[in-house]
Amino acid sequence: MKCDIILAGVGGQGILSIAATIGLAAVEQNLFLKQAEVHGMSQRGGDVQSHLRLSDSEIFSDLIPHGGADLIISVEPMEALRYLPWLSENGWLVTNSVPFVNISNYPEAGEVLAELDKAGNTIVLDADSIARDLGSTRSGNMVILGAASSFISMPFSALEDAVRKMFSRKGEEVVEVNLKALRAGRDAAAAR
Amino acid sequence: MHKLLLLGDEAIAQAALDAGLSGMYAYPGTPSTEIMEYIQASPQAAADGVHREWSSNEKTAMEAALGMSYAGKRAMVAMKHVGLNVAADAFINSAVTGVNGGLVVVSADDPSMHSSQNEQDSRFYGRFAMVPVMEPRNQQEAYDMIFEAFALSERYRLPVLFRITTRLAHSRSSVARRDRIAQSSVSMPSDPRRFILLPAIARRQYRALAEAYEKLYTDDAVDGLNRLKTGNGRGTGVIACGIAYNYLMENIADRAGDYHVLSVGAYPLNREKVAALVDNCDRVLVLEEGYPIIEEQLRGLLDRDVKVLGRMDGTVPRDGELNPSIVATALGLKAGQGREVPLLVRQRPPSFCKGCGHADMYQALTEVMAEAGQGRVFADIGCYTLGALPPYNIVNSCVDMGASVTMAIGAADAGLFPAVAVIGDSTFTHSGMTGLLDAVIKNSPITVIISDNYTTGMTGGQKSQATDRLENICLGLGVDPDHLKVIVPLRKNHEENKAVIRNELNYHGISVILARRECIQTASRSKKARAAEKDKSKE
Repeated sequence: MKCDIILAGVGGQGILSIAATIGLAAVEQNLFLKQAEVHGMSQRGGDVQSHLRLSDSEIFSDLIPHGGADLIISVEPMEALRYLPWLSENGWLVTNSVPFVNISNYPEAGEVLAELDKAGNTIVLDADSIARDLGSTRSGNMVILGAASSFISMPFSALEDAVRKMFSRKGEEVVEVNLKALRAGRDAAAAR
Repeated sequence: MHKLLLLGDEAIAQAALDAGLSGMYAYPGTPSTEIMEYIQASPQAAADGVHREWSSNEKTAMEAALGMSYAGKRAMVAMKHVGLNVAADAFINSAVTGVNGGLVVVSADDPSMHSSQNEQDSRFYGRFAMVPVMEPRNQQEAYDMIFEAFALSERYRLPVLFRITTRLAHSRSSVARRDRIAQSSVSMPSDPRRFILLPAIARRQYRALAEAYEKLYTDDAVDGLNRLKTGNGRGTGVIACGIAYNYLMENIADRAGDYHVLSVGAYPLNREKVAALVDNCDRVLVLEEGYPIIEEQLRGLLDRDVKVLGRMDGTVPRDGELNPSIVATALGLKAGQGREVPLLVRQRPPSFCKGCGHADMYQALTEVMAEAGQGRVFADIGCYTLGALPPYNIVNSCVDMGASVTMAIGAADAGLFPAVAVIGDSTFTHSGMTGLLDAVIKNSPITVIISDNYTTGMTGGQKSQATDRLENICLGLGVDPDHLKVIVPLRKNHEENKAVIRNELNYHGISVILARRECIQTASRSKKARAAEKDKSKE
């Protein structure tokens, strides 16, 4: 088993919280894991990505080869498209549909969605409004993770346990809302 | 023991603590910053009383580490690759004095320049100083090699250069720990004179260094980290340095027997081992992150004995970091290929955070410079370099730490007016103060804007040595109190700030403007921390 994931977004959107959740779960599942992050200059509103590799045997490269990713998880629609060179032929792309516009020449939102449509195996969902309906605007990342969960090679309960661990320090209320977000994402993706 | 999920940087930090570290010295710089941050946050380091304060710059860090080593304890110093330029004087000479307690110098290179001005290769400095260099392949090896590095350092009485690159520094994997070693106690060097580099002593020390370096080639502590695996028949040999080995194995793991592979983890590289590889092969591909150092040595000046492939003949691109696809192509294998990036995907360069004080300062400066109609702004290394990008487009230089002040001096000497320097608070105490002294002594007609956000911002908000000291430093260096101004870069002060900048730009002498407002990132973090503290006290 191997599962190579590209996480994408804009600096400050918190893609590393998704990475950390999957990482926690992977350790509990006794999987090998490598996760390359971006720190430094691009964190200031630039495009950021993380290569996350899971396997039941030794992993060599910290970076995923081009055309090798099983999954792209993105919290921003244009950023999802930036990493198509890494996606494998049968790979899946799961992304938030809400644009993060901090540049003056951001393309038309409709064109971005059309381009995502062309990409094949995609799940595009408005994670922000799903999170808002749950009463927590800040758990959009967990909605996206939930939507991608069926493509990550581990039981859903392992991700739930990881969410509990991740947020336990912030109290039961925060844990519950993030678990709800995770499940809502899973259900929204399954409904497609 | 329980495994930890650690960044390469964190593995190095945890290893140093477990190997009996007494003092950690550093100045923040991507991709090395997390080493010190980890040690500062470590309860183990706190319990053991490990010294772990930021230094003013890499040179002061290197020297303090050497001092701790002199007194017999284990010390580590960490910096980004260009920081080693700043520390170079101390570093090169520490090889000549030698060390007492183990001394490990971590230099984190940044090929592809993710957050840097160049992609210089620290291994070059290792040869230059004639010290052993270690280059781990993965996070576990980064942890284990730190133990070897301290032991080797004490056995040879030499500093050990520990070279990593961005991908290892900032990639996470699980790491198993070893049993801890206790800290050493204070003990003076057995030869009391070798740290006094007067010519007569330095000559003796330098000869000894050259002899020691020759021994390192075949010492098992170095050579043992270089692994030769012979393949079937003749064909292609590969020398893979550090993490290049991972990219190689990513491509050939299922047919490793087809290749002769020398995986390099330490330098200087045993000549016999290289010969054993070369003699078995028709050609040798050299894979190294950074400069073609081993490749160039292998080719030699005449480049005619061995068929060598690498960065110098275009088999591997001359610049930029390696990745699995580049290595596949270099091996003559089919590289993986995904889809094209759609044309509508736009560049998303880094930008100032919403509400950043630097941005308000630049807004005022840009308008005043437009009034002046001429002149230039020289900037420095930090978030405020982003003034080079739209909408400001006001910054004309970013070269090295402190160069804003001194380049403005030189340009003013040439007749440029107004010449303006923009420098951050932490960069100013790192390397700007000496330049300001030069400007004071000749009363250069320049304006120095110290954009003071109370932190080292670009690297994530580390403590700044400048905080609450800038007025005293500037006055102490001799800046005229009438031309030392403080402004608060906020929208509501815009016209007032412009007037201050305009006045000082028109003044034909040295003036300093402190543009002072807390970094928006650290401000929001401390606000959250205060709120959490309040919640706690309610419970």
